[in-house]
Amino acid sequence: MSDAGMSKIVKTMTGVCFPFILIFGLYIIVHGHLTPGGGFQGGAVVASACAMILIAYGSIWTMKKIKEKHLSIFESLGALMFISLAFFGIFLADGIFFDNFLVKGAFSFFGLFANTATGVADINTAGVIPLMNIAVGLKVIAGLFAIVLVMAYATHKIKEVDDQ
Amino acid sequence: MNWRVTAGGVFLIIVAAFLIYAALLSPTFGLKDSEGDYIERPMDQHIIDETQTQTGADNGVTAVVFDYRGFDTLGEATVLFTAVAGVIIIFRRLKK
Repeated sequence: MSDAGMSKIVKTMTGVCFPFILIFGLYIIVHGHLTPGGGFQGGAVVASACAMILIAYGSIWTMKKIKEKHLSIFESLGALMFISLAFFGIFLADGIFFDNFLVKGAFSFFGLFANTATGVADINTAGVIPLMNIAVGLKVIAGLFAIVLVMAYATHKIKEVDDQ
Repeated sequence: MNWRVTAGGVFLIIVAAFLIYAALLSPTFGLKDSEGDYIERPMDQHIIDETQTQTGADNGVTAVVFDYRGFDTLGEATVLFTAVAGVIIIFRRLKK
């Protein structure tokens, strides 16, 4: 991986592939309560797409576009969403940590039950589980991409120091 | 011996005793009869039967990970957070 990125062919093909991988990963995250997968797996898919961008375009270009400071903000936001959804179980429902308060009736958005007759469920079922999937997915995307980005940029910097 | 070490050892012994007692109280699983069939499996049968009516999720694995075992997912998220924080702290000085 060179610091200035790879050839024009690789850059073009990366740009073609990137949105499809992105859509696939976001689908895995959002449908985590219906199909195999979830926040961790879909987040890893999206983070690998971002790592592909990083390899094709180089760490300097990517670091100019997105700073790891903003990625850590997104990661902390995902962690806060997750833990606050867990605490809402205490304050809004029966006082149980990690209570699935959205299927209990009072807050019925996202609170439908899965259709057990056909085995096919709507996306707004399962209470807090899809929201927690989205929070964990945000956290995994930002976290893994921050790790890869910081390590690639640090490699470039170390090489720069060694050359001097 | 330092009194802190003694207190910590006594505390650990008490915690271990509670954990062993709780393990003895937990329901049996994986118990087979003479023909090799499972006699009772209360935990997984409960989750298989009640997942859709209790959590509303079609995917039983996600229901276990995010609802029945939410603490486990919280721990995983904490591990990831710590890893990211550690990497960014290590490479912070190289940015200048």
